[in-house]
Amino acid sequence: MAFELPKLGYDYAALEPHIDARTMEIHHTKHHQAYITNLNNAIAGGEWETKSIEAILAEVSKLPAAVRNNGGGHFNHTLFWTVMAPNAGGMPKGDLLDAINRFFGSFDKFKELFAAAGMTRFGSGWAWLVKAGNELKITSTPNQDNPLMDLAEVKGTPILGVDVWEHAYYLKYQNRRNEYLAAFWNVVNWDEVGRRFK
Amino acid sequence: MPFEIPKLSYAPDALQPYISKQTIDFHYGKHHQAYVNNLNNLVPGTKFETATLEQIIKEADGGIFNNAAQVWNHTFYFESFSPSGLREPSGSLATAINKSFNSFSSFKEQFAKSSVTLFGSGWAWLVKKPDGSLEIVQELNAGNPMRKGLVPLLTCDVWEHAYYLDYQNKRPDYVQALWNILDWEIIDKRY
Ligand SMILES: [Fe+2]
Ligand SMILES: [Fe+2]
Repeated sequence: MAFELPKLGYDYAALEPHIDARTMEIHHTKHHQAYITNLNNAIAGGEWETKSIEAILAEVSKLPAAVRNNGGGHFNHTLFWTVMAPNAGGMPKGDLLDAINRFFGSFDKFKELFAAAGMTRFGSGWAWLVKAGNELKITSTPNQDNPLMDLAEVKGTPILGVDVWEHAYYLKYQNRRNEYLAAFWNVVNWDEVGRRFK
Repeated sequence: MPFEIPKLSYAPDALQPYISKQTIDFHYGKHHQAYVNNLNNLVPGTKFETATLEQIIKEADGGIFNNAAQVWNHTFYFESFSPSGLREPSGSLATAINKSFNSFSSFKEQFAKSSVTLFGSGWAWLVKKPDGSLEIVQELNAGNPMRKGLVPLLTCDVWEHAYYLDYQNKRPDYVQALWNILDWEIIDKRY
C-alpha cells in the first residue's frame, strides 16, 4: 500500500497572515508530495513496502538514504500539518502545560528554547519537542531526520515540530527565520500537541 | 581587520530574468552580509583573529567554519556571473572538460544532476584535482572542497534561498537558468 498525501484539516489560506496560502499550497502539493513519491519509489517491491512509516523510521539506518530523506520528509510534514490550525495558538493546557513548566521552567522559557533550537539549526532541518520516556526534550535534526529514527541523537516521540527548511518560510519571511518562528506560535494547535503527549 | 564582502561587479537587476533583483537583494544584501557580520563577531579573541578566510576554512569547525565558508562560497558564486560574457568554456579548460566529462553538454548534465540531487542545503562544485583532472562534488551546508585539497572552479548554491523567490520548488529550472549567466572567462582564470 503506497503512501498518500494526507489532506489538510484546513484551507491553504487558513493560517494567514502567519503562514501564507501560497507557501502552504506549494509546501503541501509540491514538497510533501515529492517526498511521498520518492519514498514510494524507494521502497517499491521490497519488504518495507507494507510497513508503517514509524516502523521504517525505527530501522532507517539499515536502509538507503532515499528512504531516510523521503520517509522522514513524509512523516515530518504529516505531523507538521496537524500541529497547526486556524484560530489556534495560545497556551498548552493540563498535563502538557505541567510537564512544560516542570522541564523548562515556564511556557515562555520553553518558547525561547524551542525557537533557539530552530534558529541555530544551520542549513535545513526541524526543531522538535520530544517526549522521551517521562521527559520532555527540545532538540533539532538536520534535513528530514527526526527523533523516531534509530540514528537520531535525541530519540523519542515528537509531539511538536517546526520546519526550518527555507521553503517553509522564504516567500513570506525571506532571510528572517526568527520572524517565522515567532509567528509560528500563533498557529500551534495545542490540543493536537496535548493529544500526542498523552 | 574585519572581513568584507566585495561589491557586485554587476547591477542587482543585471541577471534578470534568470536571477531576479529581489533574489540578489536578499541573497547578497542579507544572507551574504549576515555571514560576514557573524564571522566578524565570532573571530575576535580566537586563534583565527589574524587568519585568512582560506586558513579558517581549512582549519576551523562549528560556527566559525560555517560563516567563513559561507562568505567564501558566496563571493565565489556571485563572482561567476556576468550579464554578458562567454557562455561556454574555451581553450585548455574546454579541453579538460571534454577529457573529464566527454563533452560540455555532458558536463552540464552531470553538474545539473549533482546540483539537483543534493538533499537539503549545500553547494555543487566543479573542482580541479591535484592531478589536474576535473571532478564534480557535492558539499552539504557550508562545505567547501578546499578542505580536501581540491581547487574550486565553479559552484552552484542550492540552498533554497538562492532560488525560492524565483523558482520555488523547481530547483532544476534554477540550475538550467545559470548556464545563461555563468561567465566562462572568469571560470577559466580560476583554472
Ligand atoms: Fe518542508
Ligand atoms: Fe546562498
